[in-house]
Amino acid sequence: MIAVAAGTNRIDPYLIPALDGVAYGLLVFVAASGLVFCFGVANILNLAHGLLYAIGGYTAAALLDGGWASLALALAVGVLAAATTGVLLAGLLTPVAAGNHLSQALLTFGVALAGGSLLVAGFGPDNPQVQVPAALEGSVTVAGHRYAAYRLVFIVVAAVLAVALYLVVRRTRAGMLVRAAVDDPEMVACLGVSPARIRAGVLAAAGALAGAAGVLGAPIIGPGTGTADTVLLLSLVVVVLGGLGSMAGTLLAALAIGEIQTLGVALLPSAAPFLLFAAMAAVLAVRARGLAGRWRTA
Amino acid sequence: MRGEVIRRVRGGIAALVLVGLVVAPWMVDDYTTAILARTLALALVGVSVALLTGVAGMPTLGQTAPYAAGAYACAVVGSRVSDVGVVQLVVAAAAGALLAALTVPLVVHARGVIVLMITLAIGELVVIVLGRWRSVTGGTDGLAGIPAIRPFWGLPALANDQARYLYALAVVATLVGAVLVLLRTRAGLVLRAGRDDETRLRASGHRVALHLSGAHIAAGAIAGAAGSLLVVAQQYISPADFGFDTSALLLLGVVIGGTASVGGALVGAALVIAVRDWLFGVLPGHAPLVLGALFVATVYLLPTGVDRARGRLRPPGVPPLRPDQPAAPDQATVAELHR
Amino acid sequence: MTGLLEAQQISVRYGSLAALDGVDLCIHDGQRHALIGPNGAGKTTLLNVLGGSTRPQRGTVRFDGRDVGRLGPAARARRGINRIHQRPAVFPTLTATENVVVAALPRIIPRRRWWPGGRRRAAQRLAGPLLDQMGLTAVAAVPAGHLAHGQRRQLEIAMALAGRPRLLLLDEPAAGLSAVEVGRLVELLQALPRAVAVLLVEHRLDLVYALSDTVTVLRDGQTLAAGTPDEIRTSPLVRQAYADGVA
Repeated sequence: MIAVAAGTNRIDPYLIPALDGVAYGLLVFVAASGLVFCFGVANILNLAHGLLYAIGGYTAAALLDGGWASLALALAVGVLAAATTGVLLAGLLTPVAAGNHLSQALLTFGVALAGGSLLVAGFGPDNPQVQVPAALEGSVTVAGHRYAAYRLVFIVVAAVLAVALYLVVRRTRAGMLVRAAVDDPEMVACLGVSPARIRAGVLAAAGALAGAAGVLGAPIIGPGTGTADTVLLLSLVVVVLGGLGSMAGTLLAALAIGEIQTLGVALLPSAAPFLLFAAMAAVLAVRARGLAGRWRTA
Repeated sequence: MRGEVIRRVRGGIAALVLVGLVVAPWMVDDYTTAILARTLALALVGVSVALLTGVAGMPTLGQTAPYAAGAYACAVVGSRVSDVGVVQLVVAAAAGALLAALTVPLVVHARGVIVLMITLAIGELVVIVLGRWRSVTGGTDGLAGIPAIRPFWGLPALANDQARYLYALAVVATLVGAVLVLLRTRAGLVLRAGRDDETRLRASGHRVALHLSGAHIAAGAIAGAAGSLLVVAQQYISPADFGFDTSALLLLGVVIGGTASVGGALVGAALVIAVRDWLFGVLPGHAPLVLGALFVATVYLLPTGVDRARGRLRPPGVPPLRPDQPAAPDQATVAELHR
Repeated sequence: MTGLLEAQQISVRYGSLAALDGVDLCIHDGQRHALIGPNGAGKTTLLNVLGGSTRPQRGTVRFDGRDVGRLGPAARARRGINRIHQRPAVFPTLTATENVVVAALPRIIPRRRWWPGGRRRAAQRLAGPLLDQMGLTAVAAVPAGHLAHGQRRQLEIAMALAGRPRLLLLDEPAAGLSAVEVGRLVELLQALPRAVAVLLVEHRLDLVYALSDTVTVLRDGQTLAAGTPDEIRTSPLVRQAYADGVA
């Protein structure tokens, strides 16, 4: 059967991994855009970003019971909890705000460590099961293949979320401020808004994004002891690959990572562990040459 | 005059500590001795972190990568090729240096917090590779049953914890001495100058990227050698030894130690690792919580040590040197990430 | 006739603004050349182009007969173009001696090349007399960040000389100095070895006339006039430009 399918269409066996890659990539995009905000606007390397995602994930696992109402509730609670954690983190960062990135990164790592421990204490050390709404539990047929309905819906929802994010950043006043701040960190200081409030706002927004990703993505990257690390790593790689300059760059990088993690593994199972490395090396090498054009001689 | 006195006192304390370290295995039980040997290995990684973070001005969260490369190279060589410690040490250092050399293009053009981010990603990716490349690394189960080493051809194998500890101590002392000598040469001088003001260094005609690459590779070799000591101390390794938390702990230890000081890095890293091991012993389950709280508290208590990291040593009242140049390298690198 | 440094048709634009528009400049071995002009004339931009930190959209820079247009500041320094910045740039945590040693290292070739520490010792030997020449012997062991502004300026000149320059680019070296310090600076610059060519950007015309043998006047990114100090002093065109620009 499979041989016949492959004979008629070579692309066919890779359709499902590719689709999975899109879902994975969009999830990583939503999670990583929080880290991009944090880094681009407030200039903080937030090592607790994975924790914010995990909070969303555990909320989903605890609240989802198969109904639509529970999904809405989980989304609200997860976003709120993660955003609140972000604000708390901003408060903790205030005393070292004048310090440097090293101390800020170390402090956020401490929070990640403690927060992760609290989550395990609260929800147990095992990876909890996540129950998607009953209506989405089955599978649908995509081009002759059965595909999990939840993932298909997730792709749509995450795409809508990405477009909404794009519109907010492009069209609203807050979005303009964000872009201005990424372009020129000094400029925000001239606006007369207190840096503490900017930090709180940025970390709350980053928390909300990560929390939403955590709730909606729980069936894809589920809550567990390693979740925070995984999400932090993937988000970091997205920032490194996509840069801070544009959302399109972030989206492309996230989708590339999604495809590498799914399609790449299907195509080159033996090389799978090295693919992320290779992608990062390739992009950074190209970018280093770009920098050389801007005259960085030894 | 005062500087002379301080130097003497420092030297005296260092000598006392060294004597204490030599006699330590006869003061404590075997288990603690093994833990101490492992702590020595991690302290050596701390030295490599200080070399990059404090001396070269490239803060790193990824020295576990060459550390792991060295450890696995040593374990493979130890099981299949040679049980001679010197051979394993050289192979491990070469493996660490090789990994560092391969990652040079990733880090050498970045500065400040971006290096932190890239090195963190490298470290984590290495852990993932270790977990998946089962044929060589044994996957998440790790490699066990690595035979005991003999330090040199013709010497007996190190059969007990005391012997292994003393071997680790001798190697750490030798390598730290080598690093201290290296820092007194022109390489160390140029690195410190580059941390102060990279643009100025370039204006004098120095190849900054070359110096930084050299420092990165040297730090990789040191971390790789430390990996071989870990194998000797534990006779077992798994990806869990090289996690992101280890990197963060070492960075914290180095910051506590004053960032640019090799002795400080040794003490700071050993202290932090000891606190972690002790916490996991007395508070199983809640250790990460307490450790996280200690992280936050330490960062609050240590503003000056952290300031020194960036080489912003500037007496009050003296105007900043060149406001037209970005004073903090970090600021410039944020712009560099845009294209 | 070929010079040590030849810049031809240099043009630099920032957006629609032309900072430099087809400027030519030729400096001969050992020449003392001054670059003057009202604010915004493009003097510092030209210095950046020659030093390698700004790449012009158009034009060529040749040094010692070779095209150096594609080289950055480090490579140009190794060929003998050294720069002194408007605000003294020194390594704050290094001592004055160490500063000079670091600056000297790239161009030092010790007699016993492969002897460990040879280059450093050779640089060290160079540093003492240079610090002495700049009157910094007393503070040789003080971290440069602790030095006064004028001392840092002198240290930077010592560092530039340690790099064995053939051409020294000076960007307003008198800025922020007291009258006494300026007097000392003029003495130091007048005592520079004749083998070193100097390109001096300076606002204060008294310094320009004291230190230079050739003057080029820039205005709005173009060469307005060039000649000896006496010719420039009496040129009605230059007076007019300064009256417009400075007033």
